[in-house]
Amino acid sequence: MKEFIYFAFKNTKFKIGLTILLFFLILAIIGPYISYYKDPLEYVSMSNLPPSRENWLGTTTFGQDVFTQFVYGLRSTFFIGLFGGGLATIIGLLIGFIAGYKGGLLDDLLMMLTNILIVIPTLALLIIIAAYLPYRGIGIQSVIIGLTAWPWTARAVRAQTLSLRSREFVNLAKITALRPLKIVLEEIAPNMMSYVVMVFILQFAGAILAAVGLDFIGLGPTRGISLGLMMQYSVLWNAIQLGMWWWFVPPGLAITMIVSSLYFLNIGLDEIFNPRLREE
Amino acid sequence: MIKAKNLTKVFNSGFLFSKNTITAVDEVNFEIGRGEILALVGESGSGKSTIGKMMLKLLKPSGGQILLEDKDIFSISNNKEFYSKVQGIFQDPYSSFNPIFKVNRIFKLVRQSFKKEVPASEWNDRVENVLKKVGLNAGDVLNKYIHQLSGGQLQRLLIARALLMDVEVLVADEITSMLDASTRVDVLEALLSLKEIGAAIMFITHDLSQAYYISDKIVVLYRGSIVEMGSIEKVFSNPRHPYTQMLLDSIPQLDRKWETDKFDIEDSNKNQTIWKEGFCKYVDRCPIADTTCIKPAIKLIEEDHYVACAKL
Repeated sequence: MKEFIYFAFKNTKFKIGLTILLFFLILAIIGPYISYYKDPLEYVSMSNLPPSRENWLGTTTFGQDVFTQFVYGLRSTFFIGLFGGGLATIIGLLIGFIAGYKGGLLDDLLMMLTNILIVIPTLALLIIIAAYLPYRGIGIQSVIIGLTAWPWTARAVRAQTLSLRSREFVNLAKITALRPLKIVLEEIAPNMMSYVVMVFILQFAGAILAAVGLDFIGLGPTRGISLGLMMQYSVLWNAIQLGMWWWFVPPGLAITMIVSSLYFLNIGLDEIFNPRLREE
Repeated sequence: MIKAKNLTKVFNSGFLFSKNTITAVDEVNFEIGRGEILALVGESGSGKSTIGKMMLKLLKPSGGQILLEDKDIFSISNNKEFYSKVQGIFQDPYSSFNPIFKVNRIFKLVRQSFKKEVPASEWNDRVENVLKKVGLNAGDVLNKYIHQLSGGQLQRLLIARALLMDVEVLVADEITSMLDASTRVDVLEALLSLKEIGAAIMFITHDLSQAYYISDKIVVLYRGSIVEMGSIEKVFSNPRHPYTQMLLDSIPQLDRKWETDKFDIEDSNKNQTIWKEGFCKYVDRCPIADTTCIKPAIKLIEEDHYVACAKL
């Protein structure tokens, strides 16, 4: 463990990713406390104002404060990443681990279910589900995303478990008379740990992107604000044509940077956990 | 010491419509005594490793028993007790180590499981000595990850691990396949020294000259069945089964070049169509087989020499 931390702080990709992510995370946490306005949808000022001392990121066509919207939007983005991505990771891990470890009929049935879900186009499914719900909150949105995003994770985890289960070092642990639980926890799990962390990071990024996609086509939360909704509104009210860059650049940039920082973390962690990639 | 009685292993594969069974080991009987080395020889897929795995309780036999001092090994519930007596070395050194830990972990685990009473400093000395025995320098290898070591070094670490445990039965599954000629001798010497202190060793190999070099007995497997077994001198000097004869003929010799007309491929394939359930398993490659080769029982043909061939 100590070793992982040591290598983590020697890894540039990991440091870059972590710095960017922490910056936005801190902004999401303390942002609402430092902005002048408490309600992101309240009409607080003149419309179409460029950034100024009162409105740090300007105002929208309706005179809402963009900075307030931005920090609240960041919060919901992190929420969706955490819960949507988390749910997908947990379901994927459970199904993948059970299918890979137990094998047999259970494996066949679980993989059948997984493959069926994979061939259904997720976006179409998301649109249908989202359209049927009269009220959509961020919580519902993350549940929908979580329930549709797990199949690839399940397949990958199953393959990983299958291959680990049949490695000789598991046999060597068995003939060293280690107890089965100890073998799972000390021989197999550490080999999966890095994988689990990386799956979660990818699911986190995937959930954010899926939510932005839904928001952008108008199936986002019916109340509240998110980065995707900000983008949708700005496009809807011709912010691009009117040159109101302060309305659409911050959410777009934030989404891009958060997702890229997550990919940076992913690659960095791969190098940290896998001694073979560490060498250089 | 350790004895296999009618040992059988059947693998099932496929699901619902495409069920398949493969008999990997078919009613195999043999015995290894104290201070004896038994060579288990056969081509790939003949069930050698499967037998080794069953002796280590890593696979459950579908039929028959393995007796350790007349006690069925699958009835021994205390794994610590069993594995302090019976140990193995696997074929593939790369996958025998957990890739995210340093290699010295295998020695730590052995101490944790079996030798808690040995003080750490004494244990380290023992590890160093045993590494010297297999031609490794402790300082060079212990603090490394597997990708920093060669296959031969890893294999020797595994052999060192087995030597550390003063076992009574050792299953060595193709342990020299990754080693170069000079270290091979060191390893074989290490096995011989283990034999001298009374261990029963099962030496799984497809290298007949090595088998001859260190073994006392030999078992020749073909498709999971024993075709010939007995004392190694007798089998090598007077091979009676056509398969054993073919194997012995195909050992490369230093003073001779390979002759291509040694085996008439066409001729040895002539019986390919006649193999059916119940016939001798070697029938489709056997030069002397005909339709009367009904599954032969294993027969004693001279003292300490058994052959399973219907033509004898």
